[in-house]
Amino acid sequence: MMKAKLILKDGSVFEGFSFGSETGTSGEVVFNTGMVGYPETMTDPSYRGQILVMTYPLVGNYGVPSATNADDFFKYFESGAIQITALIVSEQCKDFSHFSATKSLSDWMKENNVPGIYGIDTRALTKKLRASGTMLGKIIVDETSNIEFDDPNTRNLAAEVSVKEPIKYGSGEKTVIVVDCGVKNNIIRSFVNRGVSVLRVPWNYNFSDTAADGILISNGPGDPKMCTDTIANVRAALADSRPILGICLGSQILALAAGADTYKLKYGHRGQNQPCVEMGTKKCFITSQNHGFAVDTKTLPEDWREWFANDNDDTNEGIIHISKPFFGAQFHPEGAPGPDDSEFIFDMFIRSL
Amino acid sequence: MIRSIKPKTILILGSGALQIGQAGEFDYSGSQAIKALKEDGIFTVLINPNIATIQTSEHLADKVYFLPVNVSFVEQIIIKEKPDGILLGFGGQTALNVGVQLYEQGILEKYNVKVLGTSVETIKDTEDRQLFADKVTEVGLKVARSITAATTDEALQAAEKIGYPVMCRVAYALGGLGSGIVQNKEELKEKTDRAFAFTNQVLIEECLYGWKEVEYEIVRDAYDNCITTCSMENFDPMGIHTGDSIVVAPVQTLTAKEHFNLRAIGLKLIRHLGVVGECNIQYALDPRSGDYRIIEVNARLSRSSALASKATGYPLAFVATKLALGYSLNEVENIITKETSACFEPALDYITLKFPRWDLQKFEQVNKVLGTEMKSVGEVMAIGRSFEEVLQKAVRMLDIGMSGLVEDSLQFLDLDKEISQPTDKRIFAIARALKQGYTVDRIHELSKIDRWFLHKLKNIVDLDNSLKNFTLETLPLDVLKTVKQAGFSDKQIAEVIGCASEQVRAKRKELGVLPVVKQIDTLAAEYPAKTNYLYLTYHGQENDVMPSTEKQVIVLGSGPYRIGSSVEFDWCGVNSLMTLQKCGYKTIMINCNPETVSTDYDVSDQLYFEELSLEKILDIYEWQKPIGVVVSMGGQVPNNLALKLHKAGVNILGTSPMQIDNAESRQKFSQILDGLGIDQPEWKELTDLASAKEFAERVGYPVLVRPSYVLSGAAMSISYSKDDLELFLKKAVDINKEHSVVISKFITKAREIELDGVANNGELFCYAISEHLENAGVHSGDATLVFPPQKTYLETTRRIKKIAKEVAKALEITGPFNMQLIAKDNDIKVIECNLRASRSFPFVSKVLKINFVDIATRLMMGQSVPKLSRSSFDLDYVGVKASQFSFTRLKGSDPVTRVEMSSTGEVACLGDNLNEAFLKSIISTGFNVEPKSVLLSIGSADKKLAFLEEARALQDMGIKIYATKGTGTFLQKNNIQTEILEWAESSQPSVMSYLSDKMIDLVVAIPNNTEKVGISNGYLARRKAIDQNISLITNLEFARRYVKAISKFKMSDLKIKSWDEYV
Repeated sequence: MMKAKLILKDGSVFEGFSFGSETGTSGEVVFNTGMVGYPETMTDPSYRGQILVMTYPLVGNYGVPSATNADDFFKYFESGAIQITALIVSEQCKDFSHFSATKSLSDWMKENNVPGIYGIDTRALTKKLRASGTMLGKIIVDETSNIEFDDPNTRNLAAEVSVKEPIKYGSGEKTVIVVDCGVKNNIIRSFVNRGVSVLRVPWNYNFSDTAADGILISNGPGDPKMCTDTIANVRAALADSRPILGICLGSQILALAAGADTYKLKYGHRGQNQPCVEMGTKKCFITSQNHGFAVDTKTLPEDWREWFANDNDDTNEGIIHISKPFFGAQFHPEGAPGPDDSEFIFDMFIRSL
Repeated sequence: MIRSIKPKTILILGSGALQIGQAGEFDYSGSQAIKALKEDGIFTVLINPNIATIQTSEHLADKVYFLPVNVSFVEQIIIKEKPDGILLGFGGQTALNVGVQLYEQGILEKYNVKVLGTSVETIKDTEDRQLFADKVTEVGLKVARSITAATTDEALQAAEKIGYPVMCRVAYALGGLGSGIVQNKEELKEKTDRAFAFTNQVLIEECLYGWKEVEYEIVRDAYDNCITTCSMENFDPMGIHTGDSIVVAPVQTLTAKEHFNLRAIGLKLIRHLGVVGECNIQYALDPRSGDYRIIEVNARLSRSSALASKATGYPLAFVATKLALGYSLNEVENIITKETSACFEPALDYITLKFPRWDLQKFEQVNKVLGTEMKSVGEVMAIGRSFEEVLQKAVRMLDIGMSGLVEDSLQFLDLDKEISQPTDKRIFAIARALKQGYTVDRIHELSKIDRWFLHKLKNIVDLDNSLKNFTLETLPLDVLKTVKQAGFSDKQIAEVIGCASEQVRAKRKELGVLPVVKQIDTLAAEYPAKTNYLYLTYHGQENDVMPSTEKQVIVLGSGPYRIGSSVEFDWCGVNSLMTLQKCGYKTIMINCNPETVSTDYDVSDQLYFEELSLEKILDIYEWQKPIGVVVSMGGQVPNNLALKLHKAGVNILGTSPMQIDNAESRQKFSQILDGLGIDQPEWKELTDLASAKEFAERVGYPVLVRPSYVLSGAAMSISYSKDDLELFLKKAVDINKEHSVVISKFITKAREIELDGVANNGELFCYAISEHLENAGVHSGDATLVFPPQKTYLETTRRIKKIAKEVAKALEITGPFNMQLIAKDNDIKVIECNLRASRSFPFVSKVLKINFVDIATRLMMGQSVPKLSRSSFDLDYVGVKASQFSFTRLKGSDPVTRVEMSSTGEVACLGDNLNEAFLKSIISTGFNVEPKSVLLSIGSADKKLAFLEEARALQDMGIKIYATKGTGTFLQKNNIQTEILEWAESSQPSVMSYLSDKMIDLVVAIPNNTEKVGISNGYLARRKAIDQNISLITNLEFARRYVKAISKFKMSDLKIKSWDEYV
């Protein structure tokens, strides 16, 4: 057992043991309260640049399915690589058990050059992050190596994870442009499975002249304000009536394009159990979430309304235009991992195409 | 909206006596429901004959009826109380079934009573197997292939269609009664024949052997918001009833896709069914493909929902009640965090494990193989941060003498068989097999248990092995830490490395290997929570909470429900906590039983869901630094810890632990009695068989053999002969090696009397004397208790009081105590004395409406309590406590009451006189009190004679009398018209065929003292009666009282009076 430690920006140290790749690294430390779904979570591009703490103590129980090629990655995972910078758990499972598994979590991380630490009091760590807010951190395996704290939010992370060239999926009659700021595969699958083609374009792609029935601004990592090109493109699209759906980061970009403001949450929402109330109703949906920034509802322009709000802390969870088919959902209607309660948003959007 | 027409008065149906398949969890659910209703200002009326429950306390329901939960009683209460709403989902299967009948008979409609929450139509859709299967397929979901059968022939045809092996399930049965996997035609015929005695429908299903079994708790409101609050996975795959399975929450071996798929399916089905409130859904999941089948939905609070509630901290019963009133989910506050909404799905950052507690060794001839019929009588839940940790904690919590998973004391003749045909010992057999070198794969092949779990067991076994390389001195810090994280106790480590457990504890503290206190907050620390719900773990570097600086008191709970210790001790614990709070103390409860009210979020200031072991209590004590610990409210478990805690420096509140030892030790107690000149049955401490025989010869058989420090008379027996004695002695020594075995003269035809009392500094403060209906020889936990006594002479009670005073003084009692005495011809002998609250404390407290626990707690805390103005002599009514047996569920067990306790629960009802109270009580335990025919089989000549008058009374009532040969001949000679039935099934008319054909409504079968354990005619007949759901009486005094009572009272004569109308 090789020792490893996590050092936070405030100087606190959490000691444990190394698994996965035995290398040091640094990033922004965030926690996720989901109890299942580590393969999906770890490949979610929205986690780019982040050291992920799992609050559920046992991780890796059902191993990792095989993904020898890009198609398999598309089938089992949310993107073509592990996106997190590092993983922090209480216990990593060596003796996994599942019919679909081909390797252990540790081996998978090793192959992808992603380090992990186990044996950490993840509850204590989570409480610290909750109290002092998301913090930068670094992982030290080799005491002699010199690793600096690195703030990923100063980079344009969406640009890092986005595709470089447009890709087409499906053969449906209608087409949706998916502006890829770090899109999860399940968003693409959600359209294709509903018989809608997807044209996946880079984050800064100017789609104003591209023929399509609707536009989806995807989820993605980091501060939405870094995506200036996307914001500009969306602002132009708001002049038309072509349906637009923003998911997560996409919803924030939509809000920014409409003239509203966004801000950084103290420690964000990351998990599979976030209750969102549809405003003006008694309907409450359990949603999957992964975001560190939020739309400031007070700054929404006249033509926009708050669509959903978080039932725990009242933060914004969605916006909707009063007359045009423009919607933004702060949560993930595609789940993966997470409940499918809010999948109706895809149906609603597709009906408007 | 819906809430604007909120009902003013709501009737709540309780679940009655505890029995296998329906235990204390319904006290938790009912109590929460009442609290939730009261918060809304609703007048609550509760029917529940289970007098030992918290829900029937003064501070909860506005009106309490200690009456049977059946249609006729409930109807009369509806007429009287005019409720506008009724809750059916909080009293288990009993309440649900009665609710369906009330609805079908038009009673609810007639009196305008609205069913709140899930509708009866929905309940029926979930209860009737065929309707359910239709509902599932309507929304395109998969249910196990199944065919309904109303006759044995239909069942056989169905099985042919599906192909053997098949699963045979019985409709409308609690805990899957009568269900099981059937391999062939013959087995199916036998099973269905038996099932149709209880039901008019069975289901033949495709067999899902080896599939994973998973469960979800689902909550839905009237606005169609629907959430899952907890996922649970069974360690044991399909085939073992979930009540008999080890269960973990949350699910461990499911991928996100599988998990969320099952969740989506559940929500879809529950919405389609239209449940409003809480329900449970069970699935089978194919471990090879992820394919699923829906097994069933329970549209009510259940054992699983109680577990889910304690596992997550989500107050399911409370929320379900609010939803039934028309609230939407997001209008209900998360009571745990007090900051967030109830409309969320709890995120756990720990793992919980439930382990069932069986008491199969208490039953003669019982089939110990686990299957689809539940056999366990209770359960524990452990909380920790690794599977190894929670499993080993749970094993110890069971209080079955195991210090961890790896135990050398058990013997297994055939490991393969023990693993493939599971009994209550399977997990220990697996540990042994791993130790002997079985591979995980081989055990998986034998058991179908998922390899993930088996690898974890192997980790424990490997760690146990690696410990062997060390001594106390050489044990390194990292190894010590690792084994503690894997749930090894100090004692367990000490046993392996060869030292005393105190030494391990000392070393551990020296090295700083200490557990940390963690909170259960429902949200995995995402939001700050004010929760007081705690556990200890070695997987941590930081405590979540700091100890209070205010004056705190720890109350020890009773651990798992088992035969001899159940909801009554929970009542004692909860009441003690309430009094302590009133007296201004901060309270700490330690308990590990998820079926209790004492582990509810609002009962104590801090709840440690932990082991009731010396180690953990000391850990908590040293951390919290309370002023003391109450050990006298949780029954025998804390009582047994008193002296050890005291020696470790813990301040025990109330009677000194030295005195507790004086009362528990036969030798010391006897000397004290001798010193006081108080009589006791002649006895001798057992040294060897020869001296035991010599003693028996001298005092004369029968003799009673009993070990000290035991609960519910484990391994206690009456020996009528030398042969009996040899057999029993062997058993007694097996059970308890730490404490001695005592042999005493057994006094026949004597009256047994109980005294429950509270004393202060050796002065008797208050007391209640109750008498057994049965003569000595029936365990006090099985006997029918009458209070105030109706047959005992005033002179006798006066002398008993005097004895109690002297004993209280001699033992310097401060707090509760209980004495058992025996009276014969005005001779009084003391059998035993327990310096703790007893099983009958809630009974006498509630009959008197004087709370003995409250008084005892105040006195123990040194408060002054005003003298009582009332005593039992003032009562103009009678309370009768009757026992509930679960023989139906324990296939093969001999349904006879003996000195070893076998009842699983109890009820108590009030009446204007003994007969009325007696009848109400036995109706509550399911007795038929309007028999048209009776079978008499009475052992000895003197008993035949003693029953003659009653037999004549039966004849006068026009009841058809059948009898076995000896009894029949005797009755005929005495001019009682009797039809004699033959024992041999070949000669007609025979006992067995008449029982099979249900020609008989009641069996009175009083066995001979000399009847041997084994397959006798008597055993077969008793067993048949139980299997055919025919009321059975095996005790002479009980039988005589029964006849007297039914000759004096008709059902319609029984008065519908609430508790406050008596007291």
